[in-house]
Amino acid sequence: MQSISLAQMAMATGFVLILIGFYGALTQRNLLRMIVAFTIADTGVNIVLVAVGHIRGRAAPILDVAVPAADAVARIIDPVPQALVLTAIVIGLGVTALMLAYALKLHERKHTLDIAKLTELKW
Amino acid sequence: MNPMSPLIFGITLVLCITMIGAALMAIRAKRLPIAILAAGLVSLVASILFLVLAAPDVAMTEAAIGSGLTTFLFFFVLARIRGAGQGDAETEANQHD
Amino acid sequence: MIKRAIALLLLFAVGALFASLLVGYVPDSELNQTARYYAERTAGDIGAANIVTAIVVTYRGLDTLGEVTVLFISAAIVGLVLAQGRMLGNAPGNAPGQPRAPVSELLSTGSRALTPLILLLGVYVFVNGHLTPGGGFQGGAIVASGMLLLLLADPLKQFSHQLISVLESLSGLLFVGIGVLGILLAGGFLDNRLLPIGRLGELFSAGVIPVIYSLIGLKVGAEFSSMLASLSESYKTEKSEES
Repeated sequence: MQSISLAQMAMATGFVLILIGFYGALTQRNLLRMIVAFTIADTGVNIVLVAVGHIRGRAAPILDVAVPAADAVARIIDPVPQALVLTAIVIGLGVTALMLAYALKLHERKHTLDIAKLTELKW
Repeated sequence: MNPMSPLIFGITLVLCITMIGAALMAIRAKRLPIAILAAGLVSLVASILFLVLAAPDVAMTEAAIGSGLTTFLFFFVLARIRGAGQGDAETEANQHD
Repeated sequence: MIKRAIALLLLFAVGALFASLLVGYVPDSELNQTARYYAERTAGDIGAANIVTAIVVTYRGLDTLGEVTVLFISAAIVGLVLAQGRMLGNAPGNAPGQPRAPVSELLSTGSRALTPLILLLGVYVFVNGHLTPGGGFQGGAIVASGMLLLLLADPLKQFSHQLISVLESLSGLLFVGIGVLGILLAGGFLDNRLLPIGRLGELFSAGVIPVIYSLIGLKVGAEFSSMLASLSESYKTEKSEES
């Protein structure tokens, strides 16, 4: 039972979330449901990224009484993936807001959210 | 390398199962508000998982932005679409092909 | 049916790829070179107790500038896309006689007590970004949640878009201005040493990081509030035309 690590479990969950999100985005017909599926896939990617930086038995990268500055190298986990994921979460919200605004305008013009009915770009 | 304590293993297992269950519910729910709330639940449990993975900054950001603001954005847009089209978006678009 | 089968097949292939990545994955036991550099140098060069903050604001400050730009563009596009509907005056047909549910008294009274506390929490989080977990983006999101509570409690509230856009533009301008000052007065663009480094763990330490993060917090909070306000206002315009 102890042969898998925390990072591996979190990474597996992240991968499963990505697959579920993509499945939803590929098979749903309602635009809003597709956007919800994209949000789930986004969360999955962030979990995988943070799980890469985890080192067993170490603490968060904050220097305080528990982790003094002198032995920071031996006691903290990798701070770079956390900085990347911070940016990624905020940008994910911006992209979701854009997708929702476009879905709103599409609904105003065409009065439908069904993607099978929006066929102007089909050959 | 010392193995993780059974408590952490148990907590992580419960969190992962909750997340996957909520994601499946978000994809397969019949009504759209349930799907949006399930996606918000996925974000919330992900923020707890980030805390277990020793990333407090990321946990705070995911809880505030992913779980809070995204769910509100979805509900504002849903309310606008429902008010405008009298719910035709819900009744006519089926879930699957 | 065919489409479902193809989708499942694709996902199965991607899943097999992920599984092969997962099986061969051995987690690190020591920090890699980059992380070791950041861990060793942060306390001395930057003086910030939160290493992630030091990376986001100073070591990779240019990426944060890019992120702030992307957020600004997306907020501007959302405002533009939703404003055209209001200007052209085409509100799609509402159901006539749809009554608006009255806001409960618990919500309106509670929001008066809670909103100042939420704003205070948001400001605390981004001012103390270099000491405790937190920072500009988290604090800005909390401030936007406070504004959202105001919107929910009083749906006909008009937010002054002028004030929000002035705040947002000013914060962005000051952020870039501090970066350029870094070229003139210190080591380079967005360099930290404009203000004194101070002692590790104090509020007025870590050079210019608290100032930059406060500006980012204000900018992000203003942007999210304006996104939410433009979504909710268009809805209000259509509703109030009927009532």
